[in-house]
Amino acid sequence: MKNYELFDENTTAFIYGSQQKAAQRMLDFDYLCKREKPSVAGFITPTGEGYYKLFWGTKEITVPRYLTIEDAIKENPDADVLVNFASERSCAESTMEALETENIRTIIMIAEGVPQRDVRKIAKLAKEKGKWIIGPATVGGIKPGCFKIGNAAGTVENIRDTKLYRPGSVGFVSVSGGLSNEGYNIVARNTDGIYEGYAVGGDVYPATTLIDHLLRYEQNPNITMMVALGEVGGKDEYQIIQAIEEKKLTKPLVMWVTGTCAEMLPSGVQFGHAGAKADSKADTAKAKNAALRKAGVIVPDSFEDYGEKIKMTFDKLKAEGKIKEIIEQTPPNIPMDYAQAVAEGLVRKSTNFVSTICDETGEIHNYCGVPIDKVIKEKYGIGGVIGLLWFKKVLPQYARDFIELVIQIVADHGPAVSGAHNTIVTARAGKNLIESIVSGILTIGPRFGGAVNGAANHFSWGLENNLKPREFIDQMKKKNVRVQGIGHRIHSVDNPDERCEIMMNFAKEHFPKHPLLDYALAVQDVTTMKKNTLILNVDGTIGVLFVDLLKSLNYKDEEIKEMIDMGFFNAFFIIGRTMGFMGHYFDQKRLKTPLYRHPWDDILYDVPEKPEVVK
Amino acid sequence: MAQKGIREFDAKRMMSKALPDFSNGKVKFEANQVLIGANTDLTKLEQENPWLKTEKLVAKPDQLFGKRGLNNLLYVNKSWKEVQAWINERMNKTVTIKQTTGETTGELTYFLVEKFVPHDDEYYIAITTHRDNDTIHFSTKGGVNIEEVWDSVVTLDVPLSTEIDDLDVKGFLPKELGDKREIIAEFIKALYKMLVKYHFVYLELNPFTFVDGAPVALDAVAKVDDYASFQCAEMWGDLKFPSPFGLEKTIEEEKIDELDERTGASLKLTVLNPEGRIWNLVAGGGASVIYADTVVDLGFTKELANYGEYSGNPSTELTYGYTKTVLDLMTRKKDPQGRPKFLLIGGGIANFTDIAKTFTGIIQAIEEYEEKLKNTNVKIYVRRGGPNYKEGLKNMKDVGKRIGIPIEVYGPETHMTKIVSMALGTKGGE
Repeated sequence: MKNYELFDENTTAFIYGSQQKAAQRMLDFDYLCKREKPSVAGFITPTGEGYYKLFWGTKEITVPRYLTIEDAIKENPDADVLVNFASERSCAESTMEALETENIRTIIMIAEGVPQRDVRKIAKLAKEKGKWIIGPATVGGIKPGCFKIGNAAGTVENIRDTKLYRPGSVGFVSVSGGLSNEGYNIVARNTDGIYEGYAVGGDVYPATTLIDHLLRYEQNPNITMMVALGEVGGKDEYQIIQAIEEKKLTKPLVMWVTGTCAEMLPSGVQFGHAGAKADSKADTAKAKNAALRKAGVIVPDSFEDYGEKIKMTFDKLKAEGKIKEIIEQTPPNIPMDYAQAVAEGLVRKSTNFVSTICDETGEIHNYCGVPIDKVIKEKYGIGGVIGLLWFKKVLPQYARDFIELVIQIVADHGPAVSGAHNTIVTARAGKNLIESIVSGILTIGPRFGGAVNGAANHFSWGLENNLKPREFIDQMKKKNVRVQGIGHRIHSVDNPDERCEIMMNFAKEHFPKHPLLDYALAVQDVTTMKKNTLILNVDGTIGVLFVDLLKSLNYKDEEIKEMIDMGFFNAFFIIGRTMGFMGHYFDQKRLKTPLYRHPWDDILYDVPEKPEVVK
Repeated sequence: MAQKGIREFDAKRMMSKALPDFSNGKVKFEANQVLIGANTDLTKLEQENPWLKTEKLVAKPDQLFGKRGLNNLLYVNKSWKEVQAWINERMNKTVTIKQTTGETTGELTYFLVEKFVPHDDEYYIAITTHRDNDTIHFSTKGGVNIEEVWDSVVTLDVPLSTEIDDLDVKGFLPKELGDKREIIAEFIKALYKMLVKYHFVYLELNPFTFVDGAPVALDAVAKVDDYASFQCAEMWGDLKFPSPFGLEKTIEEEKIDELDERTGASLKLTVLNPEGRIWNLVAGGGASVIYADTVVDLGFTKELANYGEYSGNPSTELTYGYTKTVLDLMTRKKDPQGRPKFLLIGGGIANFTDIAKTFTGIIQAIEEYEEKLKNTNVKIYVRRGGPNYKEGLKNMKDVGKRIGIPIEVYGPETHMTKIVSMALGTKGGE
């Protein structure tokens, strides 16, 4: 690559910052230009490494992420460009670091608001090292057929319309990044297109100025004419005049300096760009335009006829035979992004997942159609939320209250039960919260806590088949199935379980109907005849009452059966008891209890002297 | 917005902290001064600054303009009582002052009161900053318009990244200063170090003098690079950037400033003439200047109501807020002669700003102001390109039809500023 070239068709760059969108635009441009390989070698993202996924035409590729500039260079020694999207706070530091490397030759500083003194130092060091900086406060620029900086030149559609995928004969440079794309458009409409175009940025001290790039264009034999767009403020344009006088710039130059209105406005008005402010007569747009015109630059009367002057100049060069004919080629197609196509209503696709209980994609997420703020404001409570998420129904108050009642009753049953015990042992083994409570939850099943589902199942079966309590017990016995939800260690008919009483009384008072409870109590009358403690226990009470609740809520028998099969009823036990498990976990951690080892004297060791040998 | 003028009060406040620090205590610099605004609690001020009642004082406006003596706004060697009366007479009064650049009219809102310092010698120092170097200018003939005695000014260039201690500062000072060269050199070095560290871009003391071997600044003009505020917040202390004299911000401008500071996008608004009929709602720092140029070129300077721009892919909410502010200003009054008003929603071809999204906010505001826009006979012209511009332009056309307001809409195929001449009817339509 010649000194006056910044990029060629093999240039590769690093992007500083997580700018996937900008990188994708670069790759789309590369693809349009039929570059052999993508121009983005990697990202430098101090927050993490790995890769980002991008498209190369229709194909998806991974582009690596590095933590430091040094790491990135080590892996990609050929990359010589840094497109620096670091914020104004860190842009100078990372730019300085890149300048000090052997490999990086061109750096684009995108941020607006980099302190002037920092930029001045960077500009000076870059010049000393023969390196190039574009910016700060710029969108960058483009070299058709070779390389596009970040977001410069906008969409794929625009690149097509202004033929920025292949070089023309015009070297363009502007101060304003926002206007550079407009500049490419004007040049495209009035000439054979852009060869190179950059925006140096609207700061007081852009690291490189218009003249720096015009001098490069002068040396480049592929550039026949130059177009520039200056701005009020500063004296950089006078260097152009000096260069023309010194015959360092000889190619036709069409140029306009914007801000001619400044003198008509109050003197303190600061335009959008930091540098756009005249501190002396010579800084004004009018003075600069007049001086440029005097030096032989083609200066329009206003921005209105900027395009016409460009066209006249180009047509003249063409007539003189100085412009080579371009053989047009159609650039390849770039598929539209899926999101864009959806937005425009061009595609549809079948989904792989369905959710019917909630939606978090809107302004405020909802539980089964009820916005979360309404859930809180209208005091749905835990019972109401379970109603929305499990039942997909707005439950009546008595149902919400019953659910909460059950959850409170089952929340804990002491450290000795197997679930809590497992949680405690696991916690003491140094495991974390989730591991400890999971070991407790995994204990829940047909023997521990799972009797809720079983009881619901068994009693429902009896009632559905119109079995008298006695028949029910006999048939169960015949099938050799223990009736679940019956029996307690301590409580008996004379010494009833307070928890069961509370639930039953609640149901009797609030449920519109409770047929299964009545049936289960009739069964209890039979079983307690045999033994006083064979009462309907907590699991049994919960099981039958949930069936009654569902019947009260007008669920059909088949639906209730399906819910039992799904483990619906156990779910209330799990949600409640998890609170207890967590309590035990925190308790053990607070107490800093050591690893538990079961004592030998609590284990019966009955090992044969030698194992049976199987022949 | 980079280079910002600061009050004399703030410049001296920073010097009193920085100069002893940067000279290892060799340079003492006292700032016996107070800043008085319309709402300053004078009783509290007296308590905190007992010298006010015992010393002879100097008072002057502190609002980023010079030539205060020439404009009879310098009150020297007076008592605290006299000073208060003098300030009272002038506070919140509108005055026209003469400057080298012409006359400016504005309201007096802040006064600096400091200890009066009897002195003989008056020196001049200014430090200017340039791309590759900073320049120190010194003269023994301070206290006058320095241009008149420019021959007496000696200059020392300090190349970028050079340590001032490595330069022969004493040697560059005029020999006639004799023994004083030592302390002046120390003073200059400390000043220069402050300029660098504090990110000043301009500093002028005209004049300064010495009292008991310590420098005293009788005037100070300074500008800082506000881009460096993230590095300097602590050093600068409580620093506010006042508007240039005569360009005090309106409530609406301040509102836009607030929006601007809240986000990474850029929003700017300067009201030039609230009675003007041409209002700009232009995207981009570069394009907005060209639209203003074109209005002026076409001879409508007096009708140009505002300068402003929005850029950097602002959110829908921001463009809505910005547009509302502009629409509110432009629809407050009908044109006395019943002529139409023009809203130019202009811009170049955006690089990455989502046009449909930014236009959504603009359209919301237009719909909200439907009645007012109709009542004040507003015609709207749109020209824009960039990501999603087709959808944005279509939405803009639709809103015009829907609410019955004339909106003409153009894309990249139309020259950027063509809508200005179309609106103003000077060159006809396309």
